[in-house]
Amino acid sequence: MRHNPEEAQRHQKSESGIPAFEAPENPDFPFRLLSRMIHFVLLISRQGKVRLTKWYSPYSQKERTKVIRELGGVILSRGPKLCNFVDWRGFKVVYKRYASLYFCMCIDQDDNELEVLEIIHHFVEILDRYFGSVCELDLIFNFHKAYYILDELLLAGELQESSKKTVARLIAAQDSLVETAKEQASSISNIIAQATK
Amino acid sequence: MSMHGMRGLSVFISEIRNCQNKEQERLRIDKELGNVRNRFKNEKGLTPYEKKKYVWKMLYIYMLGYDVDFGHMEAVSLISAPKYPEKQVGYIVTSCLLNENHDFLRLAINTVRNDIIGRNETFQCLALTMVGNIGGREFAESLAPDVQKLLLSSSCRPLVRKKAALCLLRLYRKNPDIVNVDGWADRMAQLLDERDLGVLTSSMSLLVALASNNHEVYWSCLPKCVKILERLARNQDVPQEYTYYGIPSPWLQVKTMRALQYFPTIEDPNTRRTLFEVLQRILMGTDVVKNVNKNNASHAVLFEALALVMHLDAEKEMMSQCVALLGKFIAVREPNIRYLGLENMTRMLMVTDVQEIIKRHQAQIITSLKDPDVSIRRRALDLLYGMCDVTNAKDIVEELLQYLSSADFTMREELSLKAAILAEKFAPDLSWYVDVILQLIDKAGDFISDDIWFRVVQFVTNNDDLQPYAAAKVKEYLDKSAVHETMVKVSAYILGEYSHLLARRPGCSPKEIFSLLHEKLPTVSTTTIPILLSAYAKILMHTQPPDQELQSQIWSIFNKYESCIDAEIQQRAVEYLALCQRGAALMDILAEMPKFPERKSSLIKRTEYSEGDTAEQSAIKLRAQQQTSNALVVTDQHPANGATSPVPVGQLSLVKVPSMITTENDTSTDHPLSQQNGALSNVDPQPPSADLLSDILGPLAIEGPPGATVQSEHNAVSGLEGGSDAADGSAIVPVDEQTNTVQPIGNIAERFHALCLKDSGVLYEDPYIQIGIKAEWRGHHGRLVLFLGNKNTAPLVSVQAIILPPAHLKVELSLVPDTIPPRAQVQCPLEVVNLRPSRDMAVLDFSYKFGTNMVNVKLRLPATLNKFLQPIQVPAEEFFSQWRSLSGPPLKLQEVIRGIRPMPLPEMANLLNSFRIMNCPGLDPNPNNLVASTTFYSESRPAMLCLVRIETDPADRTQLRMTLASGDPTLTFELKEFIKEQLISIPTAPRSPAPPAAQPTPQIPPNDPAAILAGLLS
Repeated sequence: MRHNPEEAQRHQKSESGIPAFEAPENPDFPFRLLSRMIHFVLLISRQGKVRLTKWYSPYSQKERTKVIRELGGVILSRGPKLCNFVDWRGFKVVYKRYASLYFCMCIDQDDNELEVLEIIHHFVEILDRYFGSVCELDLIFNFHKAYYILDELLLAGELQESSKKTVARLIAAQDSLVETAKEQASSISNIIAQATK
Repeated sequence: MSMHGMRGLSVFISEIRNCQNKEQERLRIDKELGNVRNRFKNEKGLTPYEKKKYVWKMLYIYMLGYDVDFGHMEAVSLISAPKYPEKQVGYIVTSCLLNENHDFLRLAINTVRNDIIGRNETFQCLALTMVGNIGGREFAESLAPDVQKLLLSSSCRPLVRKKAALCLLRLYRKNPDIVNVDGWADRMAQLLDERDLGVLTSSMSLLVALASNNHEVYWSCLPKCVKILERLARNQDVPQEYTYYGIPSPWLQVKTMRALQYFPTIEDPNTRRTLFEVLQRILMGTDVVKNVNKNNASHAVLFEALALVMHLDAEKEMMSQCVALLGKFIAVREPNIRYLGLENMTRMLMVTDVQEIIKRHQAQIITSLKDPDVSIRRRALDLLYGMCDVTNAKDIVEELLQYLSSADFTMREELSLKAAILAEKFAPDLSWYVDVILQLIDKAGDFISDDIWFRVVQFVTNNDDLQPYAAAKVKEYLDKSAVHETMVKVSAYILGEYSHLLARRPGCSPKEIFSLLHEKLPTVSTTTIPILLSAYAKILMHTQPPDQELQSQIWSIFNKYESCIDAEIQQRAVEYLALCQRGAALMDILAEMPKFPERKSSLIKRTEYSEGDTAEQSAIKLRAQQQTSNALVVTDQHPANGATSPVPVGQLSLVKVPSMITTENDTSTDHPLSQQNGALSNVDPQPPSADLLSDILGPLAIEGPPGATVQSEHNAVSGLEGGSDAADGSAIVPVDEQTNTVQPIGNIAERFHALCLKDSGVLYEDPYIQIGIKAEWRGHHGRLVLFLGNKNTAPLVSVQAIILPPAHLKVELSLVPDTIPPRAQVQCPLEVVNLRPSRDMAVLDFSYKFGTNMVNVKLRLPATLNKFLQPIQVPAEEFFSQWRSLSGPPLKLQEVIRGIRPMPLPEMANLLNSFRIMNCPGLDPNPNNLVASTTFYSESRPAMLCLVRIETDPADRTQLRMTLASGDPTLTFELKEFIKEQLISIPTAPRSPAPPAAQPTPQIPPNDPAAILAGLLS
């Protein structure tokens, strides 16, 4: 029987409980283009509750749950005054705490950490402007809003718009579209109600 | 602000929040899920508002971490709602719940396309956003032209165009073919003239991706990037809303500099000068300010500028400026800047001239090793590891040792491994190396893998002058009260071998050494006891004149363990006892261990495996190659004890010492005994002679992993036989000595076999390059694309790919670029035409240079016979009429095949199906038989029907009779042989014949590193 000694050795290692050094799992395996991107965005509360998740790389449901659990553990346990970057499974997670909420973004090892850190802040400022001094409760009861806003800010794991004003304008336009549709609907239902009285 | 909230949703969220505990929450959620499920079932009664509400509730529940396994269809169906509010919800919830591989997405493609090509701008935006976030290959293929049109359209507003740019980027990532290389270069350049900074930012991201894959085409973008950067850096004509804390879009600046890093050089002197002026400005003009955000943003730009300067290989003066800046950063208190300073300094190690300047900061870096932040400590560790050389190894390793006691558990293994490697690579003297390893074991025994102590044993064995020192040293450690088990192992081994060298020192009489060791026995596990027993036997042998008291003591221990339940211990006890009683024979058999053949440290190899594709790690590897181990690896090579012949300095395999030896091997220690034992009957019944000594000593001197000794008997003699073991290595023959420093990641043969069954995957990977392959097969045509990905931040040069096609294939490889830029992936299409049936294989002869390494591999291409098959289901009548008309040889061949890998019939049918030979159930009335059919495509003849019948014997699954029929005798024969190979072989152990085009394996002695490498590659 053909045998690969190296293979066997590594196998042995993992069986004996010594953590094997393994290459990080690559979510886009095998054809990841080598340009860098944000792989996912995660908002978790200090209690570990998820407030928003957005995945730009294809993670399965199981992987998503695992990622959240693992990262929650890593990030929530970090004390204050430490740096905003964490090595994680061959990637890097840039995070920042705002009051009770942690904003996290996962990027490639050699991406620009500070740039992403300021994308987070940019996002928070936009939320703040929209909700008027935003707090966790705003994001709980209006989580769908947070998704709309994020979609105007990031797309395909890249920054889409760096002007707060433009994002605010686009979100306001969406809101008014929804508002108009609602009014139309209610006026129609009024008419129907009137007619069927 | 209008909140147009949904009352039902808010109430639900409040109720969840009011739950007292997890159990309550779960009950409430289960109730809601039941409710939603019911409502979705009677969809008729649902108003659009309700549907929206329930879909949001689902997303909320999903976010809380509960499984939501229904309702995906409802979310997707909202996409086709006519009104904006529903459509919006449909798009956004779908893109949150599903990923690109979800089947439901396919159902939405048409709706999405209609929204994209429709006139409604808001619908366009929604559709582009979803596709940009979760679009997969199918979306790429069907939507790319429409998305491109939007991006280039002059009538579209910026809000649509910026989304189109990023959407296209996503689709390009999924399938690079969608962007026509020739046509796009000019368009991309035009996009860079865009005035709207939102569109420009998105377009720049697109350029980064395009250029990373194929920079050559996008040369015309380069001067434009420099212009944009200049404009931003000088803050000319940048609208207020695009400045961030006073900095003109830092993100666009970073992106632009990122794009520039994908072009190998800048040739035009004017452009180069302008760029360097801008960079100089950024390097010198970035001050630390109070405002955190401003500071972060300006430093984001600064660090990207640093990366670009490194990439452009600027003049020395500018490089020194960079190092000086980094030196400043690693000393600041602000943790982010310090972290990045350390990280970038590690990257800087790639630049050759600056190492000496970096060394000046050593003390500062060591401070960071004690930082409270583990992220910073890691960076400091990486940097210290990378900058270590002979001049500073002592200091650095001692710092690492000191830090080890306080390091958190997550880092200890890495830390001790790195310390061990540095100690080995750069040791100024051997005794220091022994000190370091013993300290490591003492301080972090739990984290010391076996490799580390195997290695120290190897060095001690091979260096006579080291032996008394090591023996004295381990004795000191044993004198301590608490001793780690690994220390017991290494001490027992060393004292067993060399304690007699200390005999004249106080406290080192055989008796004292024995009792020192024996004290530890009650505290150790069963894996250590055998080593102790060996040590006792050796001590006894060295006690001259014999000490009766010691002898009876040790014999009684052997006696005691003769009935031990652990087979390994029992075996040794029985054998040693018998050996001891043979008197003089003991001397020969228990003589000092022979020298180990020199080889590359398995530790260093391990880090090479473990290191991913990050920049700083490649810096380490690069240095690992630049500075070949000088201190320890090249020791003098005496022929050892006349037992083993001198062996050339090898590269691979690892040291192995007694603890891991399996029973089978141990039995060969003494023939009469093993026969009594019954464990081994095939031992050559000759009395042991001097020549056989090495065999007798075999069990104790086994090299190579334990697995190998179990599975392959002759491997027990020497683990170095890996090379001769690899019959299939012929396909991959390293070109010259230099190649053996680069090792493939993963098993090449396994990768090849996987690719025989599927059409995309990785063909080859090593620390520098990944070669992916993607293939499409149509009839006798095949279109393969090779994806050559450079994993490093330095370019791969002298890239060459030559196809060695067998006679039956016409293969045409498009031009392969000579250079693969840093972190870029290039694609090389390959056209294959099948002329006639044959099992021969095409070979890709691939080589590149990285640093001083020339790497050459020969890889089989998965253009195998089965790729030119198309499964076909033949109706019964036709099958039988064909079968009858193809009456006998050479068109119909029959063979009884033995040695089949036993498998149930359905599995065999699946196997055939996976090779595109379609099982036709029900045609053969005998349930033990299998009938299958397929068609074969070649250029020379029309499609050929092939019929297969396999008759199995339920009583003996290892044999079967196969009959194969087709209209072409060659095809019949080749296909029969092909199927036979598949049935006999195990997928992981390649049996397929080596391609004729490959060079025959040169006659290399089995110990030659190249042969070993070939063995590993196969």
